[in-house]
Amino acid sequence: MTMLKKIRNLVRSFTLSELLRGMSLTGRRFGSKKLTVRYPEEKTPQSPRFRGLHALRRYPSGEERCIGCKLCEAVCPALAITIDTEEREDGSRRTTRYDIDLFKCVYCGFCEEACPVDAIVETRVFEYSFFERGQQVMTKDMLLEVGEKHEAQIASDRETSIFD
Amino acid sequence: MIDWWQALVAPFPPLLLTVAYMLVFILVLFACVAYATLAERRVLGFMQVRLGPNRVGPQGLGQPIADALKLMFKEMILPNDADRFLFRTAPLLSMAPALAAWAVIPFSEHLNFADINAGLLYILAMTSLGVYGVIVAGWASNSKYALLGSLRSAAQIVSYEIAMGFALVGVLMASGSLNLGDIVMAQQGSILHWYWLPLLPLFLTYLIAGIAETNRAPFDVVEGESEIVAGFHVEYSGMGFAMFFLAEYANIILISALTALLFLGGWLSPLEGILPAHAFHLPVIGVLLGSGAHWFIAKTSFFIFCFLWFRATFPRYRYDQIMRLGWKVLLPVTLIWIVVEGVLLYLQLPPWFD
Repeated sequence: MTMLKKIRNLVRSFTLSELLRGMSLTGRRFGSKKLTVRYPEEKTPQSPRFRGLHALRRYPSGEERCIGCKLCEAVCPALAITIDTEEREDGSRRTTRYDIDLFKCVYCGFCEEACPVDAIVETRVFEYSFFERGQQVMTKDMLLEVGEKHEAQIASDRETSIFD
Repeated sequence: MIDWWQALVAPFPPLLLTVAYMLVFILVLFACVAYATLAERRVLGFMQVRLGPNRVGPQGLGQPIADALKLMFKEMILPNDADRFLFRTAPLLSMAPALAAWAVIPFSEHLNFADINAGLLYILAMTSLGVYGVIVAGWASNSKYALLGSLRSAAQIVSYEIAMGFALVGVLMASGSLNLGDIVMAQQGSILHWYWLPLLPLFLTYLIAGIAETNRAPFDVVEGESEIVAGFHVEYSGMGFAMFFLAEYANIILISALTALLFLGGWLSPLEGILPAHAFHLPVIGVLLGSGAHWFIAKTSFFIFCFLWFRATFPRYRYDQIMRLGWKVLLPVTLIWIVVEGVLLYLQLPPWFD
């Protein structure tokens, strides 16, 4: 039995059958379709629930959604959000300061989930960079601007995905 | 076609012409070597189901030029404790033999630099010299990884040289000549007359030993990046590193060319003996179908591709396994086949040995 096995092993190694099998595998892959995504030209598909750069939304009337409840600040595990609030002339509570430090943020999406009025959201934008220190802190104005720019996409994403 | 060329160069002294031809050839060879690096990266990429470098120029064709420019402008760092003279000589020592060996390689029946009698011996000498570059580099670097790499290289190349030499002895016995041109002409007939068939074990041994000689995967413990960083050339940077890189690819091309010459009939057309004789006299296609340098280049390219293919397929051998394969498998196989071949020669077995 062991003798037979030895002979079989000998034949197997001298016919190079295992090497040839390996080479046929790589040879087949040589001609197959490549998986590489040519990044700036091609992009991988994104989920409607993609969590990228943050934005603050407004109602269609133009009124900002955020009511300064600070739930997002409280839930943020990275302590990336800083909020100051004040009473506006019409008696409603509004934020005077809404900063997100993108270096601290872990993009967990808790702020978005905590928000009772869908004001703070995470958009599909993921290609952004900073050239100087300090630029990583997104202020209220910057967040509102992002929201304005991508409102159509944000709104349609909220509709298609099952958030509630 | 040859006549007008000879008329054109007639007024120049032959020595000058030879030097000019050599310069042109070395430039072409360097271009081939540079593009072999690109071929390696792309073929490897394709076999790993990715694309490889394709950004610089169409299909990445500008990549070798970009790499060369980058390496030229980088500083060549000289380690403090390195032997200054040897450290600078080592890259040349590994590059020069790979180029010098081309002197005797025949591209077609009349197209070669030197048609010397002991061509095969010269080739053996030149390919053995290449190991000195690696050893000297490892020694001169004065670094433990470099030294370990070069020691491995020395042991490995000496071991495989023997199997390689015996494989060449087989070719020598079959052809009865040390002249590379004669060796190719002795294989004339058809694709079945080439030595790969009667000398199949020697052919495979030669190919495996050739991979080991060039320190390529799966025999690349000399570089062994997972164990000894980059082996013998850890301390090299800039052009010194580039020279080792180029020498490696020049050696691959050389070994591929030799395999094509010794076992696959060099410039002989594989269609010989299959197509009727008058096919080779057709206007343009006849030249392409018939024997010539283009077949030699095609066969060499095939073996270069095989080198890349092996690298994409096989994992690295452990050091003791390399030694086992060289001494306990390849050497006995060549010895046995030389005896078998002797018997075949004595019997004058057609169609090869009659």
